[in-house]
Amino acid sequence: MTDKPFSKSILTRRSMLKGAAGVTAGAGALLLNGTAPMTFTRDAWAAQFRNDPGNNPTVKFGFNVPQTGPYADEGADELRAYLLAVKHLNGEGDGGMLNTMKPLSLKGNGILGKKVDFVTGDTQTKSDAARASAKRMIEKDGVTMFSGGSSSGVAIAVQSLAQEMGVVFMCGLTHSNDTTGKDRRRYGFRHFFNAYQSGAALGPVLKDEMGTERRAYHLTADYTWGWSQEESIKNTTEGLGWETVNTVKTPVGAGDFSQYITPVLNSGADVLILNHYGKDMVNSLTQAVQFGLRDKQVNGKNFEIVVPLFSRLMAQGAGDNIKGILGSTNWNWTLQDEGSKAFVKSFGQEYGFPPSQAAHTCYVQTLLYANACEMAGTFYPPEVIKALEGFNFDGMGNGPTLYRAEDHQCIKDVLVVRGNANPSSQFDLLEVVQQVPRSQVDFSPTLFGGELGPYEV
Amino acid sequence: MDSFLLQILNGLDKGGAYALIALGLTLIFGTLGVVNFAHGALFMLGAFCAVSLQKLLTLSVKVKDESITFFEAYKEVPYLEQWFGQTGTTIIEYSVPLSILFSIPIMLAIGLIMERGLIKHFYKRTHAEQILVTFGLAIVLQEIIKACFGANPIPQTPPEFLTGSANLGAWLGMGDNLVYPWWRLVYLAFAGMLISAVFAFLNYTTFGMVVRAGMQDRETVELLGINIDRRFTIVFGLAAVVTGLAGVMYTPILPPDYHIGMDFLVLSFVVVVVGGMGSLRGAVAAGFLLGILQSFASMNAVKSILPGIDQIIIYLVAVIILLVRPRGLMGRKGVMEA
Repeated sequence: MTDKPFSKSILTRRSMLKGAAGVTAGAGALLLNGTAPMTFTRDAWAAQFRNDPGNNPTVKFGFNVPQTGPYADEGADELRAYLLAVKHLNGEGDGGMLNTMKPLSLKGNGILGKKVDFVTGDTQTKSDAARASAKRMIEKDGVTMFSGGSSSGVAIAVQSLAQEMGVVFMCGLTHSNDTTGKDRRRYGFRHFFNAYQSGAALGPVLKDEMGTERRAYHLTADYTWGWSQEESIKNTTEGLGWETVNTVKTPVGAGDFSQYITPVLNSGADVLILNHYGKDMVNSLTQAVQFGLRDKQVNGKNFEIVVPLFSRLMAQGAGDNIKGILGSTNWNWTLQDEGSKAFVKSFGQEYGFPPSQAAHTCYVQTLLYANACEMAGTFYPPEVIKALEGFNFDGMGNGPTLYRAEDHQCIKDVLVVRGNANPSSQFDLLEVVQQVPRSQVDFSPTLFGGELGPYEV
Repeated sequence: MDSFLLQILNGLDKGGAYALIALGLTLIFGTLGVVNFAHGALFMLGAFCAVSLQKLLTLSVKVKDESITFFEAYKEVPYLEQWFGQTGTTIIEYSVPLSILFSIPIMLAIGLIMERGLIKHFYKRTHAEQILVTFGLAIVLQEIIKACFGANPIPQTPPEFLTGSANLGAWLGMGDNLVYPWWRLVYLAFAGMLISAVFAFLNYTTFGMVVRAGMQDRETVELLGINIDRRFTIVFGLAAVVTGLAGVMYTPILPPDYHIGMDFLVLSFVVVVVGGMGSLRGAVAAGFLLGILQSFASMNAVKSILPGIDQIIIYLVAVIILLVRPRGLMGRKGVMEA
């Protein structure tokens, strides 16, 4: 057998016509087989994506929250908020923020005519357990979106799973810069603020209240969120002229922090910054107060404790120890805008107490995803993602908010709060010191690097 | 110097808890020859005796919270406060010390039921089987507590006058930086007293003498017509009480959750192995030694040279001691050896 000379294999008029006929026939076959949309109407992408609800009367969400572990309190409140969001989406209850959200495409009859159903999982505040639980939700339960949080380590781990599997993940409580920074993903969205924004909001208040000559000592939870927050707060305080005496990493769930607190007594520091959250923060703050830090005078100044990320649930756990301590928070139930009032009323009527910031962010995220599906007219993830990217909305408790397209981070107001010394009720544990406008906490989407990745996976 | 003394105090405090748990563990191993992996659960059950009493004392009536206007909120007012006013408040404030009395009969009963109901059936089984069954029991107890009390830690507070710190520096003329929380000092003193009481009981009572004789030579004691089994059952109950009390008193230091026993169990086994299987003195000495080492390993000066050493120091020391002294610090020949 001999090869044809190269000159014989070049394109001739006959082969060109045969090829064109083949391509046309192939495309026609593809269309007839239904593997590409024949008509550009709602659900035209139906057969192309994972967990397409198709003709099912329901669409399923997965709520993957820490039901055990150091952030279990937040997890329980997140779950309450998700259940309330589902209720409101399905047209039950008083509608909550569906009455105040602008612009709103949802009609209060489910999403795209389908009722919302859900499954829940326990992340145990562990990345591997959270991924396993999320995987089960996607593969076994067939969820079209999953959500949850309270640990940035977990959020980052499941966000990358979301990208791999092509299912949207709406982050719950996650505060690390990395979530929408270097570890950002096309399929992950964060409504919650980040550590950089905590620093930017707290800086001016710390300067006003504590001056510019301070010596700070950091105790930091040893994982991505802790490192991220320490770095952001350190940059802020050093920018004010403060000196950083030491930064000490502590294991998550350490329980007894005494061996980390006692060195603070002799360090010459006059401010202790606790980069802890949840149960860790309750324990470390309680123990710092037990060791008499708040009664100390150092360098001629009163010793101060700062908790950069605060929540009412933590304030509840720490009791009187929280009084007078400064921090920042994403949202607080005492806000008087229409969205906050509507949500607090719904939540309070349902459960008998006001929601936490974790509950708020999870509730808002669920409505935002649902609204994006309605806007896109499909559950097809790339279209839903495009609807969320660059979406400007209001009436959700944080003032006018932008879901930034470049990093999937919401840009909105941030609250600086203080443990309330004279609470007017059992829930009035945090006093809002300042509602810092979003212009003051805005930052470049390229600041922390990262690539979102493709729409199609 | 202040830092040094503070870390010693921290170490003694932590060591007190390790020593109390390890003491109970060793008592059971020394008398019954059982490797009890449910021992951490006894610590947890003790802690939850304190939680239960607090819940009983704060049983409340729901009163509408008038300060909340936009939804119906209720606050809880304990019956004791309603009925007895300030006296009721004081009784609630003393719930942790009162839990000591509350937990003794409960822990004794739990210990006796555990031994008679399950452990006695495994005396003649291998250590591996004992470990499996007791570990399974620990998980069951843990899940029961989780089902009853939830997964979140439940804070306990000591009486008001013990909530602050003692200025040890001022007493010793060493400056103001040597301060230590009152309750931790109370815990340390309590651990010391409880350990002394156990040793006094074993050394200076007839019951203790018989038990020690039984630990040395069970068959001969039985030949003398003494029912050593019954005494060993009581020892199991006492070990449960000691461990339970350690748990009760630890609640103001660390709010208990269902997992607190497991957190201490592994460390306590390391303590027992380092001290020498079956040696009561070894368990106590190793408890304090490892507690102090763990505290010193957390010092910034140490961590700057050996980052992460605070997380592994106990296991590192255990490895070294077992290499140098395979029977532990005060272990006896023939215990757990083929």
